Amino acid sequence: MSHATTSKATTPASRGEPEVDRRPLARRRRNRILLQAACILITLFMAVPIYLIALAAMSSRQSLQKFPLSFIPDNFSTETMQTFLQSTGILGGLINSVQVGVFTLVLSLVIGVPAGYAVARFAFRGRDPYQLFLLFTRALPIVVLSVPLAQLFLQTGLYDSVLAVVLLHTALALPTTILITASVFLGVPRDVEEAARIFGCSPVQAFLKVVMPMAVPGIAAASIFTFVMSWNEVLGASILTLNQRTLPAQVLSSLAESPLAYRFAGGFLLVVPALVFIFFMRRYLTNMWGSTIR
Amino acid sequence: MADISIKGLHKTYPGSTELATNNVSLDVAEGEFMVLLGPSGCGKTTLLRMVAGLDFPDEGSISIGGRDVTYLPPQDRNLSMVFQSYAVFPHRMVRTNIAFGLVMKKVHREEIERKVRWAADLLQLSPYLDRYPAQLSGGQRQRVAVARAIVMDADVLLMDEPLSNLDALLRLDFRAELKKIVQQLGSTTLYVTHDQVEAMSLSDRVAVMKKGQIAQLGSPITVYEEPADRFVGGFIGSPPMNFLDGRITQQGALEIGGQGTAAPEFLARAAARTGGTPVMVGIRAENIALAERGSEGSLDAAVEVVEPLGHATLLTVDLGGQTIKVQVPSTVRVSSGDKVGLRFDPAALRFFDMETQLGLTA
Repeated sequence: MSHATTSKATTPASRGEPEVDRRPLARRRRNRILLQAACILITLFMAVPIYLIALAAMSSRQSLQKFPLSFIPDNFSTETMQTFLQSTGILGGLINSVQVGVFTLVLSLVIGVPAGYAVARFAFRGRDPYQLFLLFTRALPIVVLSVPLAQLFLQTGLYDSVLAVVLLHTALALPTTILITASVFLGVPRDVEEAARIFGCSPVQAFLKVVMPMAVPGIAAASIFTFVMSWNEVLGASILTLNQRTLPAQVLSSLAESPLAYRFAGGFLLVVPALVFIFFMRRYLTNMWGSTIR
Repeated sequence: MADISIKGLHKTYPGSTELATNNVSLDVAEGEFMVLLGPSGCGKTTLLRMVAGLDFPDEGSISIGGRDVTYLPPQDRNLSMVFQSYAVFPHRMVRTNIAFGLVMKKVHREEIERKVRWAADLLQLSPYLDRYPAQLSGGQRQRVAVARAIVMDADVLLMDEPLSNLDALLRLDFRAELKKIVQQLGSTTLYVTHDQVEAMSLSDRVAVMKKGQIAQLGSPITVYEEPADRFVGGFIGSPPMNFLDGRITQQGALEIGGQGTAAPEFLARAAARTGGTPVMVGIRAENIALAERGSEGSLDAAVEVVEPLGHATLLTVDLGGQTIKVQVPSTVRVSSGDKVGLRFDPAALRFFDMETQLGLTA
């Protein structure tokens, strides 16, 4: 891409006025094209594997063995998905996974949003150590957390239950929930909260009616993060359950001895709910109340 | 509507040793427009916040309409407020923003609708009721904030520099409008500003604050013409009051920069007893006139800078080594370097004690 392609002036420069230099414009256009290209590349990088998995999951078992594989869904079939869904533990795992995801989301928001607000608004004793401690949970490998937890849950009878996994996932999600919501609460002006107090709100009402709604984009971001994390987390879930497996744990445990079609179907089922969830939360992330929040 | 009575308020912010307000007492009569004026950090906003209930005093009391509210939370004080930053709720439309306080008070729905319409009419917001604040200009947002405050029929209306985020032209317009609205409502108003023009033009009475204390309390004209101390004189007015080091001689003359003019009698009498006293002379730029050089009672000076302002011309003048501002009609033709005579309006001369800087009166 060379510059100076458009630098030929349309009108002759009279009285020695300098010719208009159009090279910066051309450079800008070039940069925009490059940016677009980069966006497309990155999107493809994400989308192509998902597409291939979906393609394989929606094809018949025989067509998977064919060579070369076609990139167009020419022999659509639900046979693979059906067999996969009917295999032992899959439907139960799916239900468990949804339950774990939703409960983790609710629990981490119920604890994390007020905590984030406290970190953002109040200068309480031990705030800095608290923030450090939050990150510390994430510094430990999940295995290190899970094995003692498994023992603890065995003693308390929580082992092999949805609640056990929910508790672990909530612990994993809380640091980010708190830090994300805290940064959003920092962006809510104190004045607005005080205005709510003046116009008749108790502190709790001011929080619920004014501060929380203004923090919705951050809460949505934290929700997406939490749900996807919980949906994908497999190691802790595998350690903490035996029969009440979540979907990823279930798929993982039978991955080695399963046929190719089963793997694709499992992969597809793992991707879709997270995508659907993100799709619905997306509108809270951007464009609200007549302004676009970046 | 109700009066406000503030008694002996002390407040120190956590982590600070300085008193934000130091033993402030102030009475605002029912329906009065009181302006708290002062430079930033003088404690005027702190005082307002304590009346609002957003901060609590360490000592002292506040009562509104005879009811003690010192430590009541804001929602139980029956007041409304306009914030400097507008503080409109961005996630609510203009209509629900204005109605917010009434909804919280559980006012009847038709009544809310009627009041919102009335306020929107008054503030020319009717076309924008179904928009979000982000779709409005700054001036319109401030109108929403004012509308939200006036629908409340509160005992007290508090305003914290409501005009300071608007651009100059808009500020001028909105100032007059605000005055009209508040006069119509007749509500007791406490208004904080650092802009002395706003204070002068809006208030029934001004409380000029300095370092957490009220330096002077009075009608705008009194505060302007008879500043209680050097600080008030220097803060109010544009240009601020001129201050000159002078001396009352034993013979009863006022001596400035080695030149003499007449001194008021009460100072002359005191000086005659003590054998002459140094004194600080204050005079406003518009109370100095140009005179024939060397004429009776005039002081010799040299013009340093000439600034035409349109409605008048502002001169910076050297008077025996002291620099002062003189405001003359724009028809007067002078240029820098000119030697001129200055005549002080004797009725407009103010005198301050050299040490305490307090005003001296008969």
